[in-house]
Amino acid sequence: METPSRDIETLVHRAYKAGFVTELEADAVPAGLNEDVIRLISAKKREPDFMLEWRLRAYRQWLTMRPPQWAHVRIAPIDFQSIVYYSAPKSKDDGPKSLADIDPKLLETYDKLGIPLREREMLAGVAVDAVFDSVSVATTFKEKLATMGIIFCPFSEAVQEHPELVRKYLGSVVPYTDNFYATLNSAVFSDGSFVYVPKGVRCPMELSTYFRINASKTGQFERTLIIADEGAYVSYLEGCTAPMRDENQLHAAVVELIALKDAQIKYSTVQNWYPGDEQGRGGIYNFVTKRGACRGENAKISWTQVETGSAITWKYPSVILEGDNSIGEFYSVAVTNNMQQADTGTKMLHIGRNTRSTIISKGISSGHGQNTYRGLVKVLKGAENARNFTQCDSLLIGDQCGAHTFPYVEVRNPTARVEHEAMTSKISEDQLFYLQSRGLAAEDAVSMVVNGFCKTVFKELPMEFAVEAQKLLGVSLEGAVG
Amino acid sequence: MNNPTPDTTTRYLNVMRTRNSAAREATWLRALRQSAVERFAETGFPMLQEEDWKYTDVRPIERAAFMPLPQDAALPAVPTAGQFRLDGLSGPRVVFIDGRFSASLSAVGPLPEGATVTTLADALNSQPQVLEAHLGRYLPADGHGFAALNTALLADGAFIHLGAGTRLEQPIHVLYLTTAGAALLLPRNLIIAERDSEVTIIEHYAAVGDMAYFTNSLTEIFAGDNSTVEHYRVQEENRAAFHVSGVHVQINRSSRVISHALDLGGRLVRNDLRAVLADTGGECHLNGLYFAADRQHIDNHTHIDHAQPHCTSREFYRGVLSGRGRAVFRGRIVVRPDAQKSDARQVNNNLLLSRDAEADSQPQLEIYADDVMCSHGATVGQLDEDALFYLRTRALGDAEARDLLTYAFAREVLDRVRLAPLRVRVEHRLAAALRERGALHEVHP
Repeated sequence: METPSRDIETLVHRAYKAGFVTELEADAVPAGLNEDVIRLISAKKREPDFMLEWRLRAYRQWLTMRPPQWAHVRIAPIDFQSIVYYSAPKSKDDGPKSLADIDPKLLETYDKLGIPLREREMLAGVAVDAVFDSVSVATTFKEKLATMGIIFCPFSEAVQEHPELVRKYLGSVVPYTDNFYATLNSAVFSDGSFVYVPKGVRCPMELSTYFRINASKTGQFERTLIIADEGAYVSYLEGCTAPMRDENQLHAAVVELIALKDAQIKYSTVQNWYPGDEQGRGGIYNFVTKRGACRGENAKISWTQVETGSAITWKYPSVILEGDNSIGEFYSVAVTNNMQQADTGTKMLHIGRNTRSTIISKGISSGHGQNTYRGLVKVLKGAENARNFTQCDSLLIGDQCGAHTFPYVEVRNPTARVEHEAMTSKISEDQLFYLQSRGLAAEDAVSMVVNGFCKTVFKELPMEFAVEAQKLLGVSLEGAVG
Repeated sequence: MNNPTPDTTTRYLNVMRTRNSAAREATWLRALRQSAVERFAETGFPMLQEEDWKYTDVRPIERAAFMPLPQDAALPAVPTAGQFRLDGLSGPRVVFIDGRFSASLSAVGPLPEGATVTTLADALNSQPQVLEAHLGRYLPADGHGFAALNTALLADGAFIHLGAGTRLEQPIHVLYLTTAGAALLLPRNLIIAERDSEVTIIEHYAAVGDMAYFTNSLTEIFAGDNSTVEHYRVQEENRAAFHVSGVHVQINRSSRVISHALDLGGRLVRNDLRAVLADTGGECHLNGLYFAADRQHIDNHTHIDHAQPHCTSREFYRGVLSGRGRAVFRGRIVVRPDAQKSDARQVNNNLLLSRDAEADSQPQLEIYADDVMCSHGATVGQLDEDALFYLRTRALGDAEARDLLTYAFAREVLDRVRLAPLRVRVEHRLAAALRERGALHEVHP
């Protein structure tokens, strides 16, 4: 396999020679956004015409849009012209030379999470010359998957090798007109993952960006498209429990899931981007549009997310339940500490008959964190016997934080049953006292209570992820009591 | 714009300006009106794009451009006014016909010392200093256009004042009866319960005839320290009527406010109920029942502000929807920083009885303090099949069984209505509505 960086390097020059964009330098696009930048991105990625046209349509749409203001977060205005919309993967010389160059706080966290040394280097962005074990692992995986007909590759590769699939499904769940950030993403997205599982195939392993190393540096505008054909099953993991060193301020990703008849997609996320320091300086703006469509009967889409990082999270993984008997699930744990803000939740659109959805959301606020659940359950006229159960609980640690719940319930069918319940309370003093009387340190006691609070969500995560997520929660809440 | 007929906002502004230039009033009242005029000029009618109005389209009200009635014509005789009395209640009765006080239909009777039950117009003359201290003081500065419209043109309504330690055993019945079509009615009520006092008020809206009109009412309630105020808003307007109401309550130290919102009529109804728990130990109970059939649209917005620690709030709203009826519920509970030991619970249940009915529910918690117990729940559903089956096995017909269960659903709110005559009246209205429409057979033909 050719390394993508060299690939792009050559492309860059080719594009330049072709004279698409004369005033721009080859491998360093200046900050700002205009049609030329989009043409350049598309050219660098050697995209077919339909992709470029799609990007340009999105860009023109974006020019007419304004950033959404309804979320319960305070955002400093973003200067979209100061962002660099494309940069070739960093060369190895740019990164830190060894772990010694890395912020000791980051290393401490890795230590607590028990992450192997090799992986620490990778996560911290240390340039490593030796070939990773995981790279070869990834390759082996890929071959095995290919024999089953499963396509698992970077988005840019899919655009070239499977344009018919991309063309058919791209934007079919999140159209380029969807919302400000999704539209921006549609115009400028750099890369992401593409998964196609053919009819009747059960993907034998958890697919993960973590193993597909070449995609882990895809930057701030990722685009993921997962298609499970009839009767297929796939479980996809995004992110990893270790904090990601990242300089980008704005992350506007888009994820689209399509489950056809009898298919099932399970999508798990652990988001642990840099949350900024105690005073709220720096940190990632994580503005993500995630949506899945159950296109056929008995399809099922399940979102599980653990959100501990980012300065501001704005994210509503949703399911459009079109097929009869289809199922949507949303399990979420969102933690805000220090000055973090999260406005997250889900949308369940019941269109088909006998559609069911479950929403379990656990919000934990501490420090000066503000945590908001915002969700919509909409039952349309034809959704006979639709069923929804929603539970969102919030736990407050400390008297400076906030927890908010804004559910929307809209029902237009009399056979539907929709239930929503929410509860907000302080972490139980009695439980903490009991645990401490049994010899646990205050911090461990908090961690244990919080883990118990989140248990219903963690059990939805793949095993090894769940264990790490628990540890992560402890790390995220450090200093919350004291 | 070259539009020859000015839009409703402009027309209302003209009415306001004409009125204000002609009136001779105290400076404070003039200032209050003037700021409302400015607010209305700024906001106009709410639009669907506004989050608070996302489900309620008030353009029909704007298009109809209802105008205030002339104040000098003779009051119409209303021979049927007796139907709207609540038999069995013997307290003071204050009746307004087409927004104007009817001395012949009202009967205040003897009151204990310290209690005043009169009209706002009268109180403006007789005790301006009390009004200056209270009128318009409990409204949020960023209120919507309808509230501003009421304040800018406020003329009359009920004025109830309970001096310190005064208890009024019998409930006060305030009836607003409308007979005129195309009218804009702006009832304005002020209820002041000083420290240690106790009072029950029924605010009752009804119509004679089936003409279209617009009631835009506003009520302010001040519950002084350790007082108890029970407030009923019974809305049985006709099916062509538009009804927008605002009830703004300030709850002081250790005082208790119980509110019942009973919405049975109206074509397009919007109620804003806002309670501020302004001192420690306050308590508020908000109960609501709405019944929307045909093409009725009933929107209830409630807002409970836990501004101080150690306060309790309980909210229980239920709705029955049939025909093309649509109900909106938005209940927000805000717990301010440092309002520790707040205890808030909120429940909204909706029963959908027909294919074309719709329920939109948004319970909301906004919490900035940690030592709190707050919960909310919302459901939308239908009658329980098992319960229906059980009743059928007990030899009840399908329709009877459904009626019984619907009635039982509503009954849970009605049980909280302490005044038996009022409860019976609402029950009869509900039963009649269920029978008349046969709405209950629409789901399972």
